[in-house]
Amino acid sequence: MTNSTELPLPLRASAAKRTEVGGRGLGGTNPSPQPPSASRPTPSRGGETTTAGRFSRALDSDMLYSFRRSPVAMLSTAIAVVLILSAALAPWIAPHDPMDLASLSLLDSFKPPVPMDGSDWSNLLGTDNQGRDVLSAIMYGMRISLLVGFCSIIFAVVLGIGIGLLAGYAGGMVDALLMRVADVQLTFPAILTALLVDGVIGAALPRTMHDQLQIHVIIFAIGISLWPGIARTVRGSTLVERNKDYVMAARVIGVASWRIMLTHVLPNVIGPVLVIGTLGLGLAVLAEATLSFLGVGLPPTQPSLGTLIRFGNDFLFSGQWWVTIFPGIALVLLVLAINLLGDWLRDALNPRLR
Amino acid sequence: MLAYILSRIFQAIPVLLVVGFIAFAMFAYIGDPVASMLGQDYTEAQRVALVHQLGLDQPFFVQYAHFLWASLHGNFGISYRLAQPVGSLIAERLPATLELAVTASVLAFVIGVPLGVYTGIYRSSFLSRVFMVVSLVGVSLPTFLLGILLILVFAVALGWLPSFGRGPVTHIGAWWTTGFTSWAGIKALILPAVTLGMFQLTLIMRLVRSEMLEVLRTDYIKFARARGLTPRAINFGHALKNTMVPVITIVGLQFGGVLAYSLVTETVFQWPGVGLLLAQSIAVADIPVMSAYLLLVSLILVTINLVVDLLYYAIDPRLRVNRGAARAR
Repeated sequence: MTNSTELPLPLRASAAKRTEVGGRGLGGTNPSPQPPSASRPTPSRGGETTTAGRFSRALDSDMLYSFRRSPVAMLSTAIAVVLILSAALAPWIAPHDPMDLASLSLLDSFKPPVPMDGSDWSNLLGTDNQGRDVLSAIMYGMRISLLVGFCSIIFAVVLGIGIGLLAGYAGGMVDALLMRVADVQLTFPAILTALLVDGVIGAALPRTMHDQLQIHVIIFAIGISLWPGIARTVRGSTLVERNKDYVMAARVIGVASWRIMLTHVLPNVIGPVLVIGTLGLGLAVLAEATLSFLGVGLPPTQPSLGTLIRFGNDFLFSGQWWVTIFPGIALVLLVLAINLLGDWLRDALNPRLR
Repeated sequence: MLAYILSRIFQAIPVLLVVGFIAFAMFAYIGDPVASMLGQDYTEAQRVALVHQLGLDQPFFVQYAHFLWASLHGNFGISYRLAQPVGSLIAERLPATLELAVTASVLAFVIGVPLGVYTGIYRSSFLSRVFMVVSLVGVSLPTFLLGILLILVFAVALGWLPSFGRGPVTHIGAWWTTGFTSWAGIKALILPAVTLGMFQLTLIMRLVRSEMLEVLRTDYIKFARARGLTPRAINFGHALKNTMVPVITIVGLQFGGVLAYSLVTETVFQWPGVGLLLAQSIAVADIPVMSAYLLLVSLILVTINLVVDLLYYAIDPRLRVNRGAARAR
């Protein structure tokens, strides 16, 4: 990828024009054919003889190429990176420590954000009812939101891949049973599943353990609500892969089933999972925010973006809108960036659009 | 046709039984209703009497059978939090939720379809692009945040619409209540319905748009143009008609989502419906309400799935010939 650090201008213009049409409809039926990339031979995915390293490098460069031609992807990556970094580095770069009760002063409460009267540059986005800096609270809150989001989606992906591979590879009764379970669960909206699982576990646990365990409960509840979609996709691709020659060959030479599944089938079905996983991260972050907003998510000692919005909501009527609106904007930006990235990834990995 | 209907019904029953079992297991194993109902001071005799009164001293399967039997009669036990029968708690809140959910769905359909048709026909016009960008934000904006924003603008800043509650309601019949009979009731419904319907609206709009784009490329549309039909007849009589099958399916299947998010909307607007009841019950681990809600929602969802399947089958003649191929879409 050293040859095209700078894109030729006409190409860049056409790329910008294409994406201006906006997001694509469901199922990606928006006909925006990429210009023929004949100048760059697409590496075939069937290169079993190449080593894993070379394969991933080829994939990388191909993705990178598509990435550089999509301003939406670059912009959303930039936003996502800034948000994730500011969340991850919050303890070092946040202007204040919202968890440090000693530094709070009620005299500083309800300072408005900067361009308004009575604002102050040390509290860029204003302060809440206890004089807590809203910007710092957002950075720390996003840290928790992202942590829960990542853990939930990883949990869902691992569960979904495991069940999908097993169902697709084993077939028969196992397949029927597992997919029936997925069907039943898909009858219910994911957020409702997460809410009920959260509620049931909350009821089963003793009260005193709630606050320490709640973050695990939330991760479990959200993860369990998202696995069926992933399992179905993996199962579908596995059904296709398992009849291919390389699986046959592996079987003939006596490779164990679990080994075929994990080292041969899995790498070939992982592509779509990457897309669902990215879009699922957005869903997981939103689900956590919704649960926390409803007051059944994380405890107040671990305030996520949803919790901040819920607390701030109380001050909406007395005019302190910034306490709730800024965490809300942060949440929307984060989810929007993740969703746009997922959309781009879906198109970039879709060979029909190349 | 009859065989198909019967097979669909037989597929639905196990789902309900499984959900019923989960609901019962929640009832049977989680929390201690006796302890929470007795409070602080009680004697052993009082405890035993209560255990017997609640039927908790009977074998598991007897309790499960009792549970199913009672549920079929609308008897879901007594709420730990409110100490009232769950059946009547839900019955008095159900009209509020259904009114909100149906209004939101109708709103989404009535606005979403024309927008989808417009953006599908004039796909490169400026207005279409604006709609598409707005819809992208609509998809990413969480329901509760949209509600908060609407309250901030229309209730706090402008003061046009009420920010919480249902306004005055009129009783119709034995247990139905409606807010449609007064202007204040309708005003109270506007913000929650818009909040709840926004996601469906953007979904329907995008779906109709992409279906229109697909249909407008087909040969019969070209022939219709060649025959000199008016654009109106082509777009609405020929194209839109053929986009409606998947749209109706999605709208039907998404009704579950509307019910789930009505919970969020009801919490934001303090709307006195079933969702608000559930949100409050989960916060204090009120198991009977949770299990009754689970049963109710699964019954509604399974019924809707069934109706949509049958409707699909009834609307689209192609499915009667080759069901497998068309359903794989």
